Amino acid sequence: MANVKRSPWILHYDGSSCNGCDIEVLACMTPVYDAERLGVENTGDPMQADILLITGGINAQNAPVVKQLYDQMPRPKVVVAVGICACTGGVFKDCYNILGGADKVIPVDIYVPGCAARPESIIDGIVQARDLFQKRSEEHDALIRKQKMEKNAKENG
Amino acid sequence: MDKKSIIPFGPQHPVLPEPIHLDLEIQDEKVLRAIPNIGFIHRGLEGLVEKKDFNTMVYVAERICGICSFGHGMAYCEALEDVMHVEVPERAKFLRTIWMEFSRLHSHLLWLGLCADAFGFESLYYECWRIREHVLDVMENTTGGRIIFSVNQIGGVHRDLSDEQVRYLNTRLDAIEADVKNVEKTLFHDATIEKRTRGLGVLTKEQAHDLGAVGPFARASGIAIDMRQTGYEAYGQLDFAPVTAEDGDCYSRIVVRTKEIYQSIDLIRQALSKLPKGDLNVPIVRGMPKGEAMARVEQPRGEAIYYVHGDGTRFLKRFRVRTPTFANIAPLCHMLQGANYADVGILVLSIDPCISCTER
Repeated sequence: MANVKRSPWILHYDGSSCNGCDIEVLACMTPVYDAERLGVENTGDPMQADILLITGGINAQNAPVVKQLYDQMPRPKVVVAVGICACTGGVFKDCYNILGGADKVIPVDIYVPGCAARPESIIDGIVQARDLFQKRSEEHDALIRKQKMEKNAKENG
Repeated sequence: MDKKSIIPFGPQHPVLPEPIHLDLEIQDEKVLRAIPNIGFIHRGLEGLVEKKDFNTMVYVAERICGICSFGHGMAYCEALEDVMHVEVPERAKFLRTIWMEFSRLHSHLLWLGLCADAFGFESLYYECWRIREHVLDVMENTTGGRIIFSVNQIGGVHRDLSDEQVRYLNTRLDAIEADVKNVEKTLFHDATIEKRTRGLGVLTKEQAHDLGAVGPFARASGIAIDMRQTGYEAYGQLDFAPVTAEDGDCYSRIVVRTKEIYQSIDLIRQALSKLPKGDLNVPIVRGMPKGEAMARVEQPRGEAIYYVHGDGTRFLKRFRVRTPTFANIAPLCHMLQGANYADVGILVLSIDPCISCTER
């Protein structure tokens, strides 16, 4: 099934953003921008999600939550940091409770800057994430196939 | 069965885009108690006054919340104008009022959409967000930003409306009003919405008063409290009365917010027709802020209180915000007692929670 394009599902989590990027992420999913035409779908369940959209910086209380959400997602997975706060901490970088961007706790693949990030740039991030997800899925499939073949070879002598 | 169990609600939950955590003590399907746990978005924004000067803080204040950002920036400017004895020009007051009402429009449409999504009415959700995009187009055309406008400054605003833009706003308002009228038929007369919200989460007038509810949430319980009646900015020169409903259930909250959309459209029309000529801002000549002041404004979610204290330096000594959702959490927890577990999502949403305001 490796030649079939996949339809990645998106999980959105609000780290400590001001809501600006969150509602832009939601606006991407609604009729005017309609990111769902690209084959992605918004989900509320991390265990079914392939792409994590994270907005806002990391603080002491949400760091374990973000880490847990990332761990709950099945492999392969892609992380997109939406908005300047998720990239570096942004305007709140100097706040006493902000540790920095999302890459402080989880590996981030794609950075979407902006305050608030515009829907066009978020969709661009989603498109890049979708392509990266496709590439990783193929690598993952190849790895699984290889492991299966090795296992079979071992069992059959 | 009298066994109790605790079910966590949030911080990541499909109903809310924002993280709030509630520990729900459940017996069978009934919620006995809801214990809120906040702090997932706490940034320590008020402490930034030590690092950023009072002029730059306008832009930080706007980023307390992305939905009511204009109101936050405006309230901060009002408090500092009070400290520094700056008299804002009339035209700036009217422009602020117009943009404030536009941000209320977009906030209420956003909430109606999310509310529809919470009880599974997805086409209504999409329709509300489609109308909201028209409001955002207007904001982008007049201020340059979709969500964060950054047009406020201490002493006024730094963007003007041309005559052509005023005409454009009037035509767009007509279109938005017609669209909302269309949606209103579904909101007020659809059987599924009534079944899902009528009589749900009732908060009586006395309870709302005693627990300190604010904004449309309190007005849906029959308390006619609206900070715009105090007449800050240009509201004193406009004609309006608070929208209230009597039942205090989720349905009346939908009704109040829908009627407030019409009220905002009406207020913008009044302000556009009375828009005076003149300066946009006054230069600040009196040096640094010294003394303390408070400002109270009506955000889309209710009353927000701003306190600033300057000691004559570039940096404020203290900056404090009391936001509407913080006041509404106590009534929410009261409302959740005895509710069905399946209704918790819509009940939490019915106060129009803005967690990033609450925790800053």
